[in-house]
Amino acid sequence: MSRRTAWDWVLLALAGLAALIVVLPLLLLLLNSFKTPDDYNNGGPLQVPTHLSFHGIQAFWTRVDFPQKLWNSIFISGTVAVLAVVVSVLNAYALGIGRVRGRFPLLLVFLLANMLPQEALLYPLYNLFKNVGLYDSQWSVIIIFTAIQSAFGTYLLASVYGTFPRELLEAASIDGAGRWRTLWRVVVPVSWQTLSVLLIFFFIWTWNEFLIPVTFLISNDKQTVPLAVASLQGDRLMDVTTTSASALLGLIPTLVFFLLFQRTLTRGVTAGAIK
Amino acid sequence: MAVTVSTRRTGRRGNAPRRRSLGYWPYLLPGAVLVAAIVVLPLVQNVYYSFTFYRGIRPPEWIGLANWQHLMHDDRFWQSFTHSIAMIVAMVVVPTLLGLLLAAILFDVVGKKFGGRVASLLRAMFYVPQIIPIVVASIVIGWIARPEDGALNEVLGAVGLDGLQQNWLGDPHFALPTIMTVLIWVQIGYPVVIFMAALQRVDPELYEAAELDGANWWHRFRAITLAVIRPEIFVVVLTCTIAALKVFAPVYALTRGGPGTSTIVPSYYSYSEFFQSQQVGYGAAVSTALTVVIVVVAVGFLILQRFVERREA
Repeated sequence: MSRRTAWDWVLLALAGLAALIVVLPLLLLLLNSFKTPDDYNNGGPLQVPTHLSFHGIQAFWTRVDFPQKLWNSIFISGTVAVLAVVVSVLNAYALGIGRVRGRFPLLLVFLLANMLPQEALLYPLYNLFKNVGLYDSQWSVIIIFTAIQSAFGTYLLASVYGTFPRELLEAASIDGAGRWRTLWRVVVPVSWQTLSVLLIFFFIWTWNEFLIPVTFLISNDKQTVPLAVASLQGDRLMDVTTTSASALLGLIPTLVFFLLFQRTLTRGVTAGAIK
Repeated sequence: MAVTVSTRRTGRRGNAPRRRSLGYWPYLLPGAVLVAAIVVLPLVQNVYYSFTFYRGIRPPEWIGLANWQHLMHDDRFWQSFTHSIAMIVAMVVVPTLLGLLLAAILFDVVGKKFGGRVASLLRAMFYVPQIIPIVVASIVIGWIARPEDGALNEVLGAVGLDGLQQNWLGDPHFALPTIMTVLIWVQIGYPVVIFMAALQRVDPELYEAAELDGANWWHRFRAITLAVIRPEIFVVVLTCTIAALKVFAPVYALTRGGPGTSTIVPSYYSYSEFFQSQQVGYGAAVSTALTVVIVVVAVGFLILQRFVERREA
């Protein structure tokens, strides 16, 4: 650390101020989620609560049955994350290590599959899942996101597997391992770090999805956390502090998840960009 | 899916993995079936719907180019794409420029003079809105912008700036800028994190050499930093542009395209045609047009990137 000039302090202050502005809305949310509406109206949004009130939290929690929404989100995102990683591995094994013929056009299809706007698939999927009786079932959302996330995973993993150490594959083959065994005994363990990044990303991406869940999950008891938060907006029973509390409860799970997996996530974001 | 896979277990005859054979095809089966059923076929079907009169109940009726002709003269359609440009400003232009500036300050000044911990703390603060579900992030800003008792108007009133109080989401002049604010807020952390990681590739010796040559900070930034992190800039601009064209959740949660059509975007327009107006054929035309735009933008970017790389080499 070399000597700090006045200019350095100015830049630090600017960056710090910008960072503060970014987290300010969340601080406001935290401050006002534990007030009664009266307390809010009397003291304004910047004042510390005169007494700690769980009015808003409680109102939202019971109205949407928050634990149920939390479980729905965990179930859908967790299932998608595991299934999509398995499908990505199988695809990437064939494309990156197996180098099957026509892999470039196939990779392009997987890349496009992830890039397309979901609106362009929405109505046909709506018809499809109505016909097979899975409309308003969490499995419709799970199947759709397994396809979409694994398309991205295939694209990424295929390039990782393209540079997989050949010696390891040859050694496995000399030991008499077939393709199936080689995949699970050699390829998956060696690439486990990348797979864990994918697992976490698929989980959080699916958790945050909105358009497809809002179209397919009609029944209240099937909805996810983001849907529960959005569904009550504009409801006249939602006073100012209950709205604040609903947003706070909506963001806490992803925040906790982020703090738990911060390292893996940061590594993933930056690795994804270089690819 | 599990069935297909488990039957493979018996076929272990120890082919050398390097040999190109049909032997890897079964592994593609689950993924290919999924992508075909969930992405490829629906996409084709949606394009077909765009040439039909279809209200969701009776089977679609072929009407040729009628939807597309109507689209060309539909003010709402063009307006929705004009708003996409606003979304690109909010999700691409502002975050990329601010992100470059902030990443450079955090890496060059804060990280080097005040320590890596301070820099990572600030980086984490910028990144927090990225991890919140975008609907929830929209509601956070929407809550601050509530017309009667929202924090923004309350604060403006408290400091005597009553004249600046607005119905932020209910006034056609301010609704779009308010949504743009949500997107800038959500997006800013992404370029900061990516650019900071990219800056680690810049060779410090190059900087020292430039300094000896008397180059100032701006010269160094342009000649060295930008050149080194250009691949990341490309990735950020491309992925964020695509995301900007797809914006849906903030509009759905905050304004439903309104007031009037002042915040309508292509994805919300097609959604409302599908499920509110029940004009499925027309909604399909809107979403197909959006798909075409996204594919053209993506391919255009990749060609441009290759062109720039070739010119360098």
